[in-house]
Amino acid sequence: MNKAEPLIARYSHKDYKSAVKPIWCPGCGHFGVESSLFRALAYLELPPEQVAVVSGIGCSSRIPAYTQCYGFHGVHGRAPAVATGLKLARPELTVIVTSGDGDAFSIGGNHFIHACRRNVDMTLLVMDNEVYGMTKGQPSPTTPADWDSKIAPGGTGVNPFAPLAVALASGANFIARGFSGDPNGVARLLVEAIQHPGFSFVQVLSPCVTYRPEEKFWKKMVHSSSVEPTHDPAVAGHRLLSDDGFTTGVFYIGNRPTYTATVGTSDNDLSAIEEELAI
Amino acid sequence: MNLVINTLDELLAHAHELEREAVERYEDLAGQMEVHNQPELAELFHKMAAIEQQHVVKVESLAGSQPRPLAPWDYQWQTPESPESVPVGQGHYRMNPHQALTLVLACEERAEAFFAELAESTSDPAVREMAVQFAAEEKQHAELLKEWLARYPEPKADWWQDLDDPIAQE
Ligand SMILES: Cc1ncc(C[n+]2csc(CCOP(=O)(O)OP(=O)(O)O)c2C)c(N)n1
Ligand code: SF4
Repeated sequence: MNKAEPLIARYSHKDYKSAVKPIWCPGCGHFGVESSLFRALAYLELPPEQVAVVSGIGCSSRIPAYTQCYGFHGVHGRAPAVATGLKLARPELTVIVTSGDGDAFSIGGNHFIHACRRNVDMTLLVMDNEVYGMTKGQPSPTTPADWDSKIAPGGTGVNPFAPLAVALASGANFIARGFSGDPNGVARLLVEAIQHPGFSFVQVLSPCVTYRPEEKFWKKMVHSSSVEPTHDPAVAGHRLLSDDGFTTGVFYIGNRPTYTATVGTSDNDLSAIEEELAI
Repeated sequence: MNLVINTLDELLAHAHELEREAVERYEDLAGQMEVHNQPELAELFHKMAAIEQQHVVKVESLAGSQPRPLAPWDYQWQTPESPESVPVGQGHYRMNPHQALTLVLACEERAEAFFAELAESTSDPAVREMAVQFAAEEKQHAELLKEWLARYPEPKADWWQDLDDPIAQE
């Protein structure tokens, strides 16, 4: 972490928080994630107007409304596409995508994979509660196969998706997992993810206390990684595939070149393109 | 993590962040209770935030200015979050004042334990003296809260039941 300590706090939580009160259920893990995000931005001393928070749809995707940063509450699953366009057009902005396991891995699964592959410099923060919270408790791609509920009696019987392994295979340049009950730990992961060039993926286990009340016990199940992050995708792949899903920490730090716009965005360039395309 | 604080600057930075985060969390809880139509609890949490804000000001006056902040993960909390904050994941939209005050009391008790442990572990006499004083203040708040708590009835056995239940599962 290459930052001199500030002498006084230039920014704090309240500089990033909007006046809109979250309508999340009290106790929802997403509150912890919101705190972590604001703490990370304050630590990095990023002016709110230099940060864009882009989301899809879901309880987790409501964060853009709750922040003073620029926000875009987009179409379900498509936030990475919007964020990619934004980052290419305005490379000076810090772009953060906030999403849920339904938004990012189900309807947005394809966008997730290709955003990892493109490696544009942005951070994808997925609040994973292994359920569709907003639409009242349907199983998501990360829900265990045997999670029994009214809507999926006996469980779906379908193997859960492995988001971190998929991100690694697809080319994400930074891969980490945190837990919403440890907001300072998540803030640290976010700081590293934002600072690392390229596409960073941070999964945060964030209990849905309403539709998955048993997830309150995640606090007893999470454990921090005992090994250093690796730069070797083969080592990271082995770790991720043999992990219990509750290890927190940084798994992989890559050094792939970041994708940047090859066409300028100034008015001159745009008129040059227009001229080129003129019939 | 071992608690090693041997300078007044570090102690004040911890005390400041502990109180500041408590304000932040109480304000968040007040907002949640407003959203969930629990005005009495919203008022209670606003009141708690105002009390903790006075403590922020007090720490700032002891420090002579706003103490230099540490990175969030460098605070030596012995709990997953700063000790005087209601932990993420606690609180319910149907809780009653007794339950809310129980959460608040636990915060004061955690803060007292933090400063008491710090007083035990430090090698610096000035840090010890101030930590003992902070622990005594937190203890006093906890005693007041216990009196306050006794004025409110405990929740009924079915307090969490909601005729317009958001839970689709059984
Ligand atoms: C195109 C489209 N399809 C379906 C929906 C319904 N829908 C809204 S949110 C959601 C799932 C959200 O789940 P997740 O991303 O896990 O977020 P959570 O609410 O759990 O935080 C779905 C399916 C929608 N809004 N738009
Ligand atoms: S339904 Fe679940 S995910 Fe949505 S706000 Fe409530 S607890 Fe959070």
